[in-house]
Amino acid sequence: MKMTGAQAIVRSLQEEGVEVVFGYPGGVVLPLFDALYEAEGVRVILTRHEQGAAHAADAYARVTGKPGVVIVTSGPGAANTVTGIANAYMDSVPLVVITGQVATHVLGTDAFQETDITGITIPITKHNYLLDRAEDIPETMAEAFHIAGTGRPGPVLIDVPVDISRQEIDFSYPERVHLPGYKPTVKGHAKQIHQAAELIAKARRPLLYAGGGVLSSDGAKELKELAELMQLPVVTTLMGKGAFPEDHHLFVGMPGMHGGKYTNYAITETDLLLGVGVRFDDRVTGKLATFATKAKIVHIDIDPAEIGKNRSVDIPIVGDAKSVIAGIIGELRKMAAGPKTDAWMRVIDDWRGRYPFHYHASETSIMPQQVVERVRELTKGKPTVFITEVGQNQMWACQYLRITEPRTWVSSGGLGTMGFGLPAAIGAQLGRPDHMVIDIAGDGSIQMNSQELATAAINKLPVKVIILNNGYLGMVRQWQELFYERRYSSSTLPQDCPDFVKLAEAYGCFGIRATTPAELDDALVAAFAYDGPAVVDVRVEREENVFPMVAPGGSIDEMLGGIPGGPVSEMLDSGLLEEVWE
Amino acid sequence: MKHTLSVLVENKPGVLTRVASLFARRGFNIDSLAVGTTEAPTISRMTIVVSADETALEQITKQLYKLINVLKVQDLDPEHMIDRELVLYKVSALPERRHEIIEIANVFRAKIVDVGRATLTIEATGTGGKLAAMEDLLRAYGIKELARTGKIALARGSRDA
Repeated sequence: MKMTGAQAIVRSLQEEGVEVVFGYPGGVVLPLFDALYEAEGVRVILTRHEQGAAHAADAYARVTGKPGVVIVTSGPGAANTVTGIANAYMDSVPLVVITGQVATHVLGTDAFQETDITGITIPITKHNYLLDRAEDIPETMAEAFHIAGTGRPGPVLIDVPVDISRQEIDFSYPERVHLPGYKPTVKGHAKQIHQAAELIAKARRPLLYAGGGVLSSDGAKELKELAELMQLPVVTTLMGKGAFPEDHHLFVGMPGMHGGKYTNYAITETDLLLGVGVRFDDRVTGKLATFATKAKIVHIDIDPAEIGKNRSVDIPIVGDAKSVIAGIIGELRKMAAGPKTDAWMRVIDDWRGRYPFHYHASETSIMPQQVVERVRELTKGKPTVFITEVGQNQMWACQYLRITEPRTWVSSGGLGTMGFGLPAAIGAQLGRPDHMVIDIAGDGSIQMNSQELATAAINKLPVKVIILNNGYLGMVRQWQELFYERRYSSSTLPQDCPDFVKLAEAYGCFGIRATTPAELDDALVAAFAYDGPAVVDVRVEREENVFPMVAPGGSIDEMLGGIPGGPVSEMLDSGLLEEVWE
Repeated sequence: MKHTLSVLVENKPGVLTRVASLFARRGFNIDSLAVGTTEAPTISRMTIVVSADETALEQITKQLYKLINVLKVQDLDPEHMIDRELVLYKVSALPERRHEIIEIANVFRAKIVDVGRATLTIEATGTGGKLAAMEDLLRAYGIKELARTGKIALARGSRDA
């Protein structure tokens, strides 16, 4: 079938089942937007900035499990997606980013709006392409979707010179791709799976450490089955939130810099750490030399390069988390292994009871933690997707929300991208039209992409933005307070500039403010009840800190703030100690 | 410790950039890199010499495999490889000293490929040790310019045939 290159790209999107595209037009990508104009089944969401398009597509992918698609123009359009691509790369999110490019005969001449986007994005894409023949379009598109969505997912970029999108080709979509250099290992090694099962069966203080890889592989069901079968306590990383229900008695919180004290103690004392779809990130491990030193380490990951990268492991298993966990369950059943963690769980419960997250409520000021708690309570039992911006808001969301379903938590993990939340909320709402989508925001972060309120309003996407407005770049201020002698260099933002209520209204959204604890619930309820996008400007206690906290480069069992703890031996009664520690 | 990696890649635009930028951004040092097509026109072989301990080498290998265009990475066993490098030396050589230089070249089985009024250009191939020894001798005469290809290498025998 004859068609232009641009039509072939759109046709390929249809072949891949793409329903939503996020983008922004411009000179050299006009043929593509022209082809999209009448494309059946493909909705184009025009954001107000290309970065917004990339983040929206990222969140769409996270909540649906399908690759997010971005289409932008060359030069500044492409360059504006770079942060979004880097974000998706760090968090292993499948994206297909299509960028317009100047015509092949002027490539390399610094033509108007030319930028070497394939060169720029080599370090932040799983793979990228610069098309030089229109005939390659169907094959390249099929490869891009395959690479983005399989193995360890990630962004793939295709740069399309304008003359290529105008050329006519004979379209036929390949049934399978031929990539001799790309063969991800899905099935884990049987012997190593058996060894891991043997260690689990013997361990007295085992701990599951689950991350984003469990969600990418849709392995939450298997993870829960394994945990329940052997009564294994589970910690989930920021990226892994939702991989295990946070209201489950085996859930032991999030580890790391702002994780639970009880969580970090569990990691420090475990004798078998089972990392699944995690990468031993520095925000989790703190000082590597003191991380989980009493444990044997099993590391399951689909990316072989993650295994042994930061921490040496005893049993490496390369494979898809879902499939490997299922394999381990099978082995354990064959061995007729049963749970041995009763005493260990009592220790953990004891820690959990002693060292919960806590804050001091006030009658006059709204505490930021209280806002997150109220959001949690007011949405309990209702299908909700939680989004965060980056900073204190994100950490309080981690500490105080209870994520119980996979793919209902979206947060910028590896890159820590301020400005991610609002466009992400838009993408998530498109992916989950039946869910309420709530962005827990900060007054700094929200201003980095607040123009996307227009996208939400125009497309009638009823996202709820809850701004924990403390008039600071809160996390920066906190570090300055703790490590820079309270010299608040460039971290103060006037709480009333902008007026977020007026800003919301200017875009046609609902805006409401809460300044006292008495006003909080009413404002939240009004926003949640409003049939459209809403912004709640919550004026919170300005200098509240996120605690507990591991100092940068410190050991994770030595935390600042929170309820004081001592050496593990002093914390436990001797009977328990003897039962689970040799 | 030095390792000689033989990396088979798809012969596609940008592959060299992908490999070189991977080494740079992950903090691995390349001692030498040589690249050219193989017996199959769609496949190129990169011979990369790196200084790395075992852990770093494992990371380099795994990261290379993550590049879609990389087909095979081999850490060649120094005991079982053939490695060669080609060097061109342009040496100061007034007519009265040419003879000595030509003698050195002969001993190392190198070739004189150009003669100027005051220079000789020598083409030498060999392993690192041989070339270093020769360079050491030539330095006494004054090496005006030098170009080297970087090491290329293959595993011995028919293991990969």
